[in-house]
Amino acid sequence: MLKSKPKYLTLSGLEPLVITPNTNFVNVGERTNVTGSRKFLRLIKEGNFTEAIEVARNQVEGGAQIIDVNMDEGLLDGKEAMVTFLNLIASEPDIARVPLMIDSSKWEIIEAGLQVVQGKSIVNSISLKEGEEQFIKQARLVKRYGAAVIVMAFDEVGQADTYQRRVDICKKSYDVLVNKVGFPPQDIIFDPNIFPVATGLEEHRKNALDFFKATKWIRENLPHVNVSGGVSNVSFSFRGNNTVREAINAAFLYHAIQHGMTLGIVNPEMLEVYDSIPKDLLDRVEAVLFDKSEDATERLLDFAESLKGQKKEKESVVQEWRSEDLQSRITHSLVKGIDKFIIEDVEEARLASSKPIEVIEGNLMTGMGVVGDLFGSGKMFLPQVVKSARVMKKAVAYLQPYIELEKNEKASYSGKILMATVKGDVHDIGKNIVSVVLGCNNYEIIDLGVMVPPEKIIEVAIKEKVDVIGLSGLITPSLDEMVYLSQELEKKSINIPLLIGGATTSKAHTSVKIAPHYNHTVVHVNDASRAVTVVGDLLKKDNVLYKSQIREEYDLFREKFLNRSKKKEFLSLEKARENQLKIDWKTSEIHKPKQMGVQTIQDFDISKLVDFIDWSPFFRSWDLHGKYPNILNDAIVGEQAIQLFADAQELLDRIINEKLLKAKAVFGLFKANTINIDDIEFFYGEEENLKGTFLTLRQQLKKKEGASNFALSDFIAPKETGKQDYIGCFCVTTGFGTQELAEQFEKDLDDYNSIMIKALADRLVEAFAEYLHEQVRKDHWGYASDEKLTNSELIKENYKGIRPAPGYPACPDHLEKHTIWEVLQVKENIGVTLTESLAMWPAASVSGYYFANKQAKYFGLGKMKQDQVEDYSKRRNINKEEAQKWLNPNIAYE
Amino acid sequence: MGSIWQEIEKRILVLDGAMGTMLQDYNFSEEDFRGERFKDYSSPLKGNNDLLSLTQPGAISEIHRKYFEAGADIVETNTFSGTTIAMADYHLEDLVYELNYESAKIAKKVAEEFSKSDPNKPRFVAGSIGPTNRTASMSPDVNDPGYRAVTFNDLRVAYRLQVEGLLDGGVDLLLVETVFDTLNAKAALFAIDEVLEERNIQVPIMVSGTITDASGRTLSGQTVEAFLASVSHIPLLSVGFNCALGADQLKPYLQNLSSKTEFYTSAHPNAGLPNAFGEYEQTPKQMQALIESYLQDNIVNIIGGCCGTNPKHIKAIADVAKNYQPRKANQYA
Repeated sequence: MLKSKPKYLTLSGLEPLVITPNTNFVNVGERTNVTGSRKFLRLIKEGNFTEAIEVARNQVEGGAQIIDVNMDEGLLDGKEAMVTFLNLIASEPDIARVPLMIDSSKWEIIEAGLQVVQGKSIVNSISLKEGEEQFIKQARLVKRYGAAVIVMAFDEVGQADTYQRRVDICKKSYDVLVNKVGFPPQDIIFDPNIFPVATGLEEHRKNALDFFKATKWIRENLPHVNVSGGVSNVSFSFRGNNTVREAINAAFLYHAIQHGMTLGIVNPEMLEVYDSIPKDLLDRVEAVLFDKSEDATERLLDFAESLKGQKKEKESVVQEWRSEDLQSRITHSLVKGIDKFIIEDVEEARLASSKPIEVIEGNLMTGMGVVGDLFGSGKMFLPQVVKSARVMKKAVAYLQPYIELEKNEKASYSGKILMATVKGDVHDIGKNIVSVVLGCNNYEIIDLGVMVPPEKIIEVAIKEKVDVIGLSGLITPSLDEMVYLSQELEKKSINIPLLIGGATTSKAHTSVKIAPHYNHTVVHVNDASRAVTVVGDLLKKDNVLYKSQIREEYDLFREKFLNRSKKKEFLSLEKARENQLKIDWKTSEIHKPKQMGVQTIQDFDISKLVDFIDWSPFFRSWDLHGKYPNILNDAIVGEQAIQLFADAQELLDRIINEKLLKAKAVFGLFKANTINIDDIEFFYGEEENLKGTFLTLRQQLKKKEGASNFALSDFIAPKETGKQDYIGCFCVTTGFGTQELAEQFEKDLDDYNSIMIKALADRLVEAFAEYLHEQVRKDHWGYASDEKLTNSELIKENYKGIRPAPGYPACPDHLEKHTIWEVLQVKENIGVTLTESLAMWPAASVSGYYFANKQAKYFGLGKMKQDQVEDYSKRRNINKEEAQKWLNPNIAYE
Repeated sequence: MGSIWQEIEKRILVLDGAMGTMLQDYNFSEEDFRGERFKDYSSPLKGNNDLLSLTQPGAISEIHRKYFEAGADIVETNTFSGTTIAMADYHLEDLVYELNYESAKIAKKVAEEFSKSDPNKPRFVAGSIGPTNRTASMSPDVNDPGYRAVTFNDLRVAYRLQVEGLLDGGVDLLLVETVFDTLNAKAALFAIDEVLEERNIQVPIMVSGTITDASGRTLSGQTVEAFLASVSHIPLLSVGFNCALGADQLKPYLQNLSSKTEFYTSAHPNAGLPNAFGEYEQTPKQMQALIESYLQDNIVNIIGGCCGTNPKHIKAIADVAKNYQPRKANQYA
């Protein structure tokens, strides 16, 4: 059957968005609007486009299907800001995939925006405000640029504020557009003006109702058009009272959609779920929206006042939720992470149930279901969820003895997940977070801990019949462990989906190195909320399609990745060496260290490190993204960030006051010269008569004209210059005590603090490394004795000299740690040891070198070719296979 | 003579094949490219194929003639790089109008000969409008993603001049082709729309995008449907794909496009994918079989060839095209 194609609004970024009668309400992201977001305005004013782009990215990741961009601010060059921002967005495929809404009251800004977007966007907006002639002129151009358009219900008289004016203006606009301009009707979106309700003014009483009615009329009488609006405006008169505002917004949106509104600008933060608006409040709100009675506004105002009163008396609010029914109380405790009343509530539930297990499966799971939904929809954040889990664990622990009394009882879980940090690796913060979050979603977690050998993972997986195996690791050799494990699973014909996570893992690595070895499902998962969706999809009964989609996605990704990496041009090792950084050693200043040889610090006062902490990564480890201290004011995560930061400070105070962690360091400064271009020869021991060699690796990717191919050895004077140069190395730790504390917290069922202590220890050791580096620069080596830098300048690495660490981009070779351990006698001096994969134990430890030359800088080695691997294996005196194993992540694919 | 709107209802129309591939066979030297007129020109001109319309017009007519003889209904003018932007490489910006005008005349003259000798099969000339060598929605500098080597306005002005030359030279339709950046194409469509409005005429427009690889996207990152949504604001004769892929790789994208658009569709794929030496090896027979599968699936109205195709390929295509009914536009299954 052939039929005429219906006319739907079809937009595009890199991908299409078609709005059909089956499309749910389309949410337009509004955070990239300087008139609506103070944060965005500030970023644009400061010219901080990097973060401004992140705002856009967060919108898209948060589910915005279109993003509205507005640069209308008196002090901005709006045209330039619009063009710059849109151009930058265009090179971010994960943002550019959605269509744009180019929003300005100035035509020249709109036109400038239209000239830089390749997709079909929406102009926001035009109207009859300046007369029909101007309207036609702009509409013709919009059409010629290939955009859809929002038409405001506005004419020369003013904004339409009654039902009849809305209808008249929209009808007239439609006729002009369709008949005189030839504008495609499906590309028209009317905005019939959303005005505040309950303002107390008589003429505003029908503001919502008229909008609903006009919307309905438009959809019924003007074929193919859509209707849009900015929702938050409706509750404007209740600003400051979020409970009421959110209820009004939600109820208005619900009814507007019922009447035919198809897309709009809604701030998800300012929206209650329609179904969860308390009945008495909803009644009052709807009475206002539909102008049901003379005193509707007054009744809502009264209600709002009473809510305000409640907030002032916090105690009475507590009383209130305590007087709700049992399930509500349990859910409240779980959602809010309050453990104060959970035992008494659970006890009450237990007495009321026939079996204790029912409390878990009923009351507690109902509550955790709410937590899961809120987290899934972005309304709760990771630290809150971990707190919820803490409450849950306490409740379950209380019930456990009762459950054990009744044999044959087992809680029914949605699935069983094995979690492990792979052999040789000790890092587990991310793994623990994922475990907790999955636990919250009713999965049974078997956590095998850290440094788990592959045989054990396989054995437990089979014995326990797990549904999914989650592997985690942070250091690069862990990547190979994961590959090895997948090969073993394949050999044994075990079909269990694998989840791969951890800081060095990537979709590229998973698709290129793991997927080809494992015929079953393997998915890269790098944050906790994604883990929940992925596991949910994997464990659905009907998961064949999902699994094959994953497989396809990874195959395609691999193909693309390999094609891309093939295109890169490399130099031979010889040519790369010829293009080394050539420091002019005749003039380059070399400073002899004041204090040569090895020194140790046994018990350092941790309170001195607090000022050196870089907090941004701390928030990141909890999935809260943003730079400290700005993150504390962030519109979305700010509140959570403040709470998390306060909790961190509390534990940090305990660490300091009760001396819970021990900070130790060992470092040394030695005579050194570069030999054979890439090796650094140095002398140590009391007599400086022991000779050691640091091996460095050289960049091989072909550089732009004039740029060098770096190796760390370039920063040390070659022997043949006849100049004596120096190098340092160090190891610091704040990890002693972490494990014991974490275990103690876990015993107390406090995952939150168990993760917190590790995250803090990680920050402290980084701070210690920073602190010690400063001491070395200013004092022990003394080449920068007059340096004065603030903490933020330190974090930005504004100082002279570098402290690169083995296993990180400038020197990915972990084997160098053996040399450092030997020279500094690290194990003997401060007790930090190396695992078989050369991870440091305790985990909160940092080791590295010191380079003092003012031309020394951080760089990434990138990929190298086989000739360097071969050369390296000879220098390291190991066979090529072993060299390949250690350098694997940095070897370019042939 | 019947209009193309009538002809496209009646049958599958055949577009010509490659111009560049054919010109290679002439082995023109620097002197040949220069001809008498540009004998003393200061910069090298070899490789500027568009210039041959002025210096070797006989070769250009001959190629058009060969394609018409092979059965093509439409030939493309030798103006793929006929914009001030693309001609800047040769410092020949001032020649742009003349190049387009003359190229259009050459093609039109040959077309008229054929139409006259067989009035039942009118022949058409499509003014070829290439993408230029710059992109308006991507930065050529990875370190400066906000930078653009060309703006919408630069492109609009350049395309206007090309369109004026082509129309004055007598083309029957305009073909915006090898679109790898949709913003460039939108600038071309903008310019065309302006010129047509000023002259108060209607000229059929074809748009043909390029899917660069197996990702199924244009170079500028759009999916088939996003590309279609971005160019459908102007009433087109046809929308389709050309270049970069062979007929078999192109098929799924054309199929998708065909199911989504109300316009007629076109395709002029390469003769397969190039081998390691950049040569196209697909034979006319192989290509014919692939194109026949397009026809069987009823997904195309205008079919021809791009890189690596020659009159033999076009003849093979024309031989099968006449056996099939054209796809209906404005309707969808």
